[in-house]
Amino acid sequence: MAVHGRGATGDGAGAVDGDRDAAGADPAGNGQRPEKAITVAALTKNYGEIEAVRGIDFEVPVGETFGFLGPNGAGKSTTIKILCTLARPTTGSARVAGHDVTTERDAVRRNIGLVFQDTTLDNYLSGAQNLRFHADLYGVPSAAVGPRMRQVMEMVGLWDRRDSLVMTYSGGMRRRLEIARGLLHAPRVLFLDEPTVGLDPQTRTSIWEYINELKSREDITIFLTTHYMDEAEHCDRIAIIDHGKIVAIDTPEALKASVGKDRVQIHTADDAAAIAELGREFGIEAGIHEGAVTFSVPAGEEFVPRLFAGLSVPIKAVSVSRPSLDDVFMSYTGNTIRDAEATGADAMRQMVAHFRGRR
Amino acid sequence: MATTGTTDTEAAVTAADTAALVGQIRVAVPEHNLRSDLRAVSIVWRRELIRFRRDRLRAVTSLIQPLLFLLVLGTGLSSLAQGSLPPGVSFKAFIYPGVLAMSVLFTAIFSAASIVWDREFGFLREMLVAPVSRSAIVIGKILGGATIATFQGVIVLALAGLADVPYDPILLITLVGELLLLAFTLTAFGVMMAARITQFQAFMALTQMLVMPLFFLSGALYPLTGLPAWLSILTRLDPLTYVVGPMRHAVFSHLNLSEAAMQAMSPSITWAGWQVPILLSLGIVAVMGLVMMGVAIVTFSRPE
Repeated sequence: MAVHGRGATGDGAGAVDGDRDAAGADPAGNGQRPEKAITVAALTKNYGEIEAVRGIDFEVPVGETFGFLGPNGAGKSTTIKILCTLARPTTGSARVAGHDVTTERDAVRRNIGLVFQDTTLDNYLSGAQNLRFHADLYGVPSAAVGPRMRQVMEMVGLWDRRDSLVMTYSGGMRRRLEIARGLLHAPRVLFLDEPTVGLDPQTRTSIWEYINELKSREDITIFLTTHYMDEAEHCDRIAIIDHGKIVAIDTPEALKASVGKDRVQIHTADDAAAIAELGREFGIEAGIHEGAVTFSVPAGEEFVPRLFAGLSVPIKAVSVSRPSLDDVFMSYTGNTIRDAEATGADAMRQMVAHFRGRR
Repeated sequence: MATTGTTDTEAAVTAADTAALVGQIRVAVPEHNLRSDLRAVSIVWRRELIRFRRDRLRAVTSLIQPLLFLLVLGTGLSSLAQGSLPPGVSFKAFIYPGVLAMSVLFTAIFSAASIVWDREFGFLREMLVAPVSRSAIVIGKILGGATIATFQGVIVLALAGLADVPYDPILLITLVGELLLLAFTLTAFGVMMAARITQFQAFMALTQMLVMPLFFLSGALYPLTGLPAWLSILTRLDPLTYVVGPMRHAVFSHLNLSEAAMQAMSPSITWAGWQVPILLSLGIVAVMGLVMMGVAIVTFSRPE
């Protein structure tokens, strides 16, 4: 019950931002909570000839959800490995939760939670046994293990299944258990490497519900990698990484705004007349796409009232869509994320075709 | 909380539960010290036991080979061996210590293989990123494997009657102690190999290749006297020899044999004529185990 009491205090403090930091101050005496959860400076990593990461810099403030967006092989996983102390940087430095990832590896490890792309659960143990193992390995105080275990398992909806062997869990349940385990020791930074890869759309949505709930409930910084555009939108800020370099870093809104124009589609009584009038009255070049008159303008919503006022052709329907992160990725790298990933596969396919052709 | 209908206690419970659900339970992970390392050793050790308990099939299948040797080979060869054995000693009793060692040998190596297995299924990573020293993980693994292997040996020990070996408490305790030592060293050997070999197939192939020579050169099936020089040297290089010898000594000193029969059946291990005392012999095995454990720790402590 004493633990519950502490939980209640933490919750109370969580309502006020200033108190929140005080409550989060490290009681183990590892120094004051740093302003930045992650600081990366001029980081590079070479594997032999291959330059996986080619000089990246960024900072993640405490409490932020920060996303690394890029195609497979862009250097996302290498960066996360360095931040988790699993790989050493070739040059440059990185600090996580106020500790250097090369010289203070244990201190970093105590303060981070990890959910890897590939499962790292023991299928022959029950869900609860997997968590118990983790708690003992991370030295979670014995009195807190029981309540904390229940809390994280209830959060991901697995408390009822705690005594079932992990081998009987579905893919989504395993990922949820891993997220629960990553949170068990109340890390200050949670790393999620492709948290939804290989899951069906419904499970992906539910995983994101858990992550969003987590953001509101726990005093935590989340660093995640993804190559799904729609998922990157859940982040407070995004870094777009391509070929081992960060090409853009900002909030999803700002990144989309930087592309500049919204897409407007109208259905009219006379499309040809509408296109002609748009060119004459507004100086806009429009075309017919997907069966509708389509054009791009900055600040689409503000343009629509002017359109209604100025266009003599009757408008039957209108839609305004923001640029997607796909458009953003495209505008920064000159490639869609799928194209970037397909290059490797294409090369392989061409090679196979080549060999087939020779036979 | 406008729960007017509820009593005070109920309200308190609800409040606490809500707090537990909504608020986070604050956990401060302490810096690692001897106590947290011991806790890590203990949980890694316990995991091995839990998994062994779940895997009854493995316990049964690992019994088959020792039983084949004891009952089939032991019975089959006894008529051949009868002439050279003193009265009151059966061939089964003679090979019994070797069969005990064999049951431990297989289980210990197989337990170590679980590290390779863990690596393939990703669980090793969960252990290696934890803020505990790698030695805690390696020691936990070795102790876990050794416990299981000893347990397997104890099952074979329970069959002593089949080999005409008496159930003498002192004998049983001595044998369990010797099995534990052997199990420790063999698991340490297995873990040392598993630290370097990352593929399950390769690990199994290599250990299969080593297990039989270790067994055959240990003097489990024949006395170590009067051997040709090459074989004599090879048997002295086999760590199993230094446990099988003392175990046979323990068994035969409980069979009421004459001094001469004892000498013939369970001679001391000799190095160029010098008789190696039993304690030294066991000490050698212990030191080998510790050295291999050290090598395993160093190998696992290197960063990727």
